[in-house]
Amino acid sequence: MDNIAGKKSGLSWAVNITVVLLVLLWLLPTVGLLVSSFRDRDQISNSGWWTAPLAVELNFRARFSSEGEVLQGDTYVMEGNVFDDPENAARFPDGSGTLSAYGTRGVAPAEFAPGVTAEQRGGGSLLVEENGSFRAESPESFGRRGQTIYFQAMTPPQFTTANYTTVMQSDGMDRAFINTLTVTIPATVIPILIAAFAAYALAWMEFPGRALLIAAVVGLLVVPLQLALVPLLKLHTQLGIGQSFVGIWLAHTGFGLPLAIYLLRNYMVGLPRDIIESAKVDGATDFQIFTKIILPLSFPALASFAIFQFLWTWNDLLVAKVFLPSGAASQVMTVKIADDLLGSRGGDWGILATAAFISIAVPLVVFFTMQRYLVRGLLAGSVK
Amino acid sequence: MSPVLQGLITIFVGVFGCVGYFYASNVVLDRVIFPARGPKAGSNINKANKVRPWLFLFPAIFALGLYLVYPVVGSFIRSLYDRSGNNFIWFGNYTDLMAEAEFRQSVFNNFLWILFVPAMATFLGLLVAQLTDRLRWGNIAKSLIFMPMAISFVGASLIWKFVYANNPDVGIINALRDSFGLSPIDVVQIPFWNNFFLMLILVWIQTGFAMVILSAALRGIPEETIEAAIIDGANPFQVFFSIKIPQIMGTIVVVWTTITILVLKVFDIVYTMTGGNFGTQILPSYMMTYMFRDDGRATAVAFVIMIIVLPVMIWNIMQARKEMR
Repeated sequence: MDNIAGKKSGLSWAVNITVVLLVLLWLLPTVGLLVSSFRDRDQISNSGWWTAPLAVELNFRARFSSEGEVLQGDTYVMEGNVFDDPENAARFPDGSGTLSAYGTRGVAPAEFAPGVTAEQRGGGSLLVEENGSFRAESPESFGRRGQTIYFQAMTPPQFTTANYTTVMQSDGMDRAFINTLTVTIPATVIPILIAAFAAYALAWMEFPGRALLIAAVVGLLVVPLQLALVPLLKLHTQLGIGQSFVGIWLAHTGFGLPLAIYLLRNYMVGLPRDIIESAKVDGATDFQIFTKIILPLSFPALASFAIFQFLWTWNDLLVAKVFLPSGAASQVMTVKIADDLLGSRGGDWGILATAAFISIAVPLVVFFTMQRYLVRGLLAGSVK
Repeated sequence: MSPVLQGLITIFVGVFGCVGYFYASNVVLDRVIFPARGPKAGSNINKANKVRPWLFLFPAIFALGLYLVYPVVGSFIRSLYDRSGNNFIWFGNYTDLMAEAEFRQSVFNNFLWILFVPAMATFLGLLVAQLTDRLRWGNIAKSLIFMPMAISFVGASLIWKFVYANNPDVGIINALRDSFGLSPIDVVQIPFWNNFFLMLILVWIQTGFAMVILSAALRGIPEETIEAAIIDGANPFQVFFSIKIPQIMGTIVVVWTTITILVLKVFDIVYTMTGGNFGTQILPSYMMTYMFRDDGRATAVAFVIMIIVLPVMIWNIMQARKEMR
C-alpha cells in the first residue's frame, strides 16, 4: 500500500522525467529561434544552433597585396599570417587561431593540410602552418593580384546583434512594429468597453429576449470570420473607409465581441447578488452600479479579455491582409514576415529568425507578466 | 500624420466616444425622456428601466449584427453570383468548386485537421495536466508549455520552419537523420504526411490551452472519490481512467470543440509554411487564393466552412441553454 494519496508513488520518477522531456520538446523550437537570431548567416548555415556555444569550423579567404613581397635571389617571397587579414579580424579577435586546412583555389578551400607545401598555378609554392603563418614563393612578382589564401579554421562561438540592426533599420520592421501597435491598441480597448456594458445588461438586467440574445452570442462565437471578409470589405469601400486602420479597428472590434461578451457575462453573473441589490435599494442607477461596483469587481475578467484580444490582434494575419492596404506603409509585422521576408529573404535564416523574434517578443512579455489573469479568464469562460 | 499620432487620436476618440455614448444616453433617458420627477415619476422610472438594457446593448448588437450576422447572409447571397457580381448563377460556384481537385483536396485535408488537431491537443493537454498535477515544479512546467499560446501563427510557423529545414545544419529533424546517416528530407513536401507536420504546429500551440483548462477540471474533482478508489486498491492508471476521466468528460468536450472551432478558422500556418502547395491546402487558405480575384468563389468557399461549423454551433447553443436553466 505505498500508493495511498499523499504518499509518493513509485511512478514519481517516471513522471518527473516525462514532464522534463515534454517541457524540453516544447521549448526547443523557440530556443532555437532565439539562438539563431543572434548568429550570423554563415554560422547558421554551417552549424546547427545547438552547437552555437561550441567552436565552429568555417572557411575563410585572406588576401595579401604584393606590397609585402621580397626578392630573395631570383624568387619573390611573401610572408605573413592569414589571421592578420582585416576582413577576418572580427572572427579572430586576438589575431590568432588554429588553422585546420588551407587551399589556393576557392573551389577547394581545404585542399592541403597545414604544414604541407602546395604547388601554385604559374609556378611557385605556398606553405601555411597551423598557427596561420605562411610563406609564398614565386618565380615572378605577385603582381597586382597579390596572394589569396583560402583556409579553414575553428572560430570561437560568436553572438551578434547585427541581425537586429539589419531587420530594424533596413527591412522596415520598425515601421511594421509601429503599425502593429496602431492596430492593436484601439482594437483592444474599444471592444472591451462595448462588451462590458453589454455583458452587464445580459447578466443583471431583466428584459424580454435576454436568453435569446445570450444564445445568439454563443452561436456567433463560432462564425468563421472568413465569411465576413468579402461583404465587409465591400461595405467599407462603399462607406469610404476602404482598406484602412479605421476599417481594421472596426473589424477586430466586431470579431472580438462575442468572446468578450461571453467571458465577461460569465464572470459578472458570478458576482454576489446582494451587493447589487443593496446598491439598488440605496437608489443607485444601473449606470452607477455598473461603473462603481461591477467594473472594479470585474477587473480580473476585463484584464483577461484584454490580454486575449491583445494577443489575437497582435498575432492576426488574415484580418490585416484583407482590411489593410498591402503597401509597406501600413503593413503589420505578421504580414511583413509572411509576405515580404519569406519571399525575398527566404534563405536568410538569421533575418527570418530575428524578424520572428521581434514579432513574438511583445506578446511573450505580456503573456509572462499577465499569465495569472489570462488563466483566470479562460477558466471563467470555459469551466463551470 | 504619423501612424502613432493617428493611433492615439483614435484611441482617444474611440474610448471617449464609447464612454460618452453610454453616459450621455443614460442621462438623456433619465432626465429628458422619462424624468424621475413630477406626478408620473414612478411609471417613468419603470419605463426608463425597460429601455436602459437596450442602450447598454445597442453598440454590441450593432457591431455583432454588422460584422457577424450580416456577413453570413451577405456572403451566401454573394456566393450565388459569378465573378463580376452581376450575374445570378444559382449554385454555379458551388458545383464548379466540387469539380475542382484542389477544392476536394482542401475539404479532405480540412477533415484531417479537424480529426487530428483537437484530439491530439486535448490528449497531450490532459497528459500534461495529469502529470504536473502533483509536481512541485508543475506550475513552471505548465507556463512553459502554455507559452506558445502567446506566439502568432506566423511566428510559430517560422519557428517550425527552422525545425523542419532541409539543411541538416539548420533543421534539427534533418540533423537527427544526418547523425543516423540518412539523407536530408523536406518534411513539408512529403505527400500526405506533410499535412501532419503542419498540424503539429497547431498542436504545439494549443496543447497549453487544453492543459490549463483540464488541469483546473482535475483540481475540481472531489478528493474523497479518489481516496476511496485508492483504498479499494485501484492503481494510478485505474484512478485516472475510471475515476478522473469520467468526471471531467464535460470539460474535455468543451476543450475539444473550442479547438475544433479554431482549426476551422486557421489559415496562417498553411499560408506561411507551404502556401497550400504540395497537397496541403485547407479551405481557409484555399479561400485566400480567390480573395480579391473572384468574390463569388471566395464567398462560396467561406460558406462551405460555415456549413462545416454549423453542427458545432448548434451543439454550443444547446449546451449554453442547458446551463442557463
